[in-house]
Amino acid sequence: MDFSTFINNLTPAAIFFYVLSFLTILCGLMVVLARNPIHSVLFLIGTFFCLSGHYVLLNAQFLAAVNIIVYAGAIMVLFLFVIMFLNLRQEDEESKTNLVKIAATIVGGTLGVIMVGVLRKSQFGSYNPYEFDSQVGMVESLGNVLYNDYLLPFELASVLFLIAMVGAVMLGRREAGDRHF
Amino acid sequence: MAFSIDAAFIIKAIIILLIFAITLLIATYSTYAERKVAAFIQDRIGPNRAGPFGLLQPIADAVKMFFKEDFIPSHASKWLFILGPCLSMLTALMTSAVIPFGDSIKYEAAPGKVWDVAVQAIDVNIGILYVFGVVSLGVYGIMVGGWASNNKFSLLGAIRAASQNISYEISMGLAIVAILMMTGSLSIRHIVEQQHGGNWNIFYQPLGFVIFITCAFAECNRTPFDLPECETELIGGYHTEYSSMKLGFYLFAEYINMFVSSAMIASLYFGGYNYPGMDWVQAKLIAATGEITGHNLATLVGTLAFFGKSLFFVFFYMWVRWTLPRFRYDQLMNLGWKGLIPLAIVNVILTGGAILYLKPLVVSLLK
Repeated sequence: MDFSTFINNLTPAAIFFYVLSFLTILCGLMVVLARNPIHSVLFLIGTFFCLSGHYVLLNAQFLAAVNIIVYAGAIMVLFLFVIMFLNLRQEDEESKTNLVKIAATIVGGTLGVIMVGVLRKSQFGSYNPYEFDSQVGMVESLGNVLYNDYLLPFELASVLFLIAMVGAVMLGRREAGDRHF
Repeated sequence: MAFSIDAAFIIKAIIILLIFAITLLIATYSTYAERKVAAFIQDRIGPNRAGPFGLLQPIADAVKMFFKEDFIPSHASKWLFILGPCLSMLTALMTSAVIPFGDSIKYEAAPGKVWDVAVQAIDVNIGILYVFGVVSLGVYGIMVGGWASNNKFSLLGAIRAASQNISYEISMGLAIVAILMMTGSLSIRHIVEQQHGGNWNIFYQPLGFVIFITCAFAECNRTPFDLPECETELIGGYHTEYSSMKLGFYLFAEYINMFVSSAMIASLYFGGYNYPGMDWVQAKLIAATGEITGHNLATLVGTLAFFGKSLFFVFFYMWVRWTLPRFRYDQLMNLGWKGLIPLAIVNVILTGGAILYLKPLVVSLLK
């Protein structure tokens, strides 16, 4: 099968999938390769966008929207916020010695090898496209699963978030007589 | 068969284009209305030179914006400087996709075969989350532009915008949660349909409405919360370095945001295209002009009601802008975190209690 027949046989969903995947990988690479931290953050936002596109293709609209709201809309704004304050525009040469570079390559390479190994070992169960419920990613079914089958883990996770929040407030609390600005 | 699908597609395309055009038109004339309202409140005349009553003023402004020198500061990071206003405009225009502007248009493709096309670009079952997601992205335009200008005042404006948006998004989300508890659906169309006639959410959620509209003011960066462009402290805030149409995009995006948030307020709390006596009007119109034309005319009346409500809130935005002075930054943060968020949580608890205990009581009393 040559390339042109492959292109001609693509369904619209497949075209979307390939374009989105290309964009996702491109944005992901640019996060690492961009020299300016602000550019990295913006590419990371782009990656989250493309991932949301993948969720929509999988008919998981709720996950797509929540991914945008939480990651692209809230967490990345805080990233950008902090990086703007730090003013990292000039290259910080001290953190880029050869030792750091070699260590980073080894750590990153090891992580990559582990991920590839796990993917190769893992057995993806096959699914029957005729019996597959296309509504499984919708908010109604997700809510049913969360509040029926996984109620305890869900509530425990919310308690964990509450603890983290209280901890953050305690750390950021102004002491008596202490002025920050 | 193929023809009729095409016809439904064409009607949908026309609706989408119309919504887009109307959003832009309303935003254009909001700039005119803002100055007229300001003039009225301050006992002046306002723009009256270009065209009758100054009606051509927005067009004159746009032409002026286009012909001004487009200047990019040499120390700015060029691509991000261009990206900022584009992002602002993009996120502002994306939101209107899920707002239901009217009931539905019926179209007879063949005898006995009637197509029912909703007056809405797309009806997704997570509509309100979509709006919320796009709104939370709106701050990037300001942050990117403010940072890329490489100006201390721009950066301060950008940082203020970011912290303000994040703070007020939380209470806005909590105010919406109370609505979701009442309706049990994330689709804006469902929320509007449940407010049939005069059964509007404002009567059940007055506190939620006050919280929501306060947060909407903060999210649109409108006075009294226009700290990001506070001219007495920050020159022009995030758009200090901008000129020409890039500045125009920032200012225009604000007016689009104003209209879209007014439309959201109208559909969430004031019944959207519902109005008291709508069933009577629809029955009369159907009796007078027939099933399909009558339905379409009733839809048109509903859409007009919706635009009336939305435009009232656009006016409300201007009214507040020319009446209230600007908050101080610490007052803004105190109001957001210590005032509105606890209030919104109380509202959620009250709504939950009312749904659990009050609603069965009222229903049993009415029986």
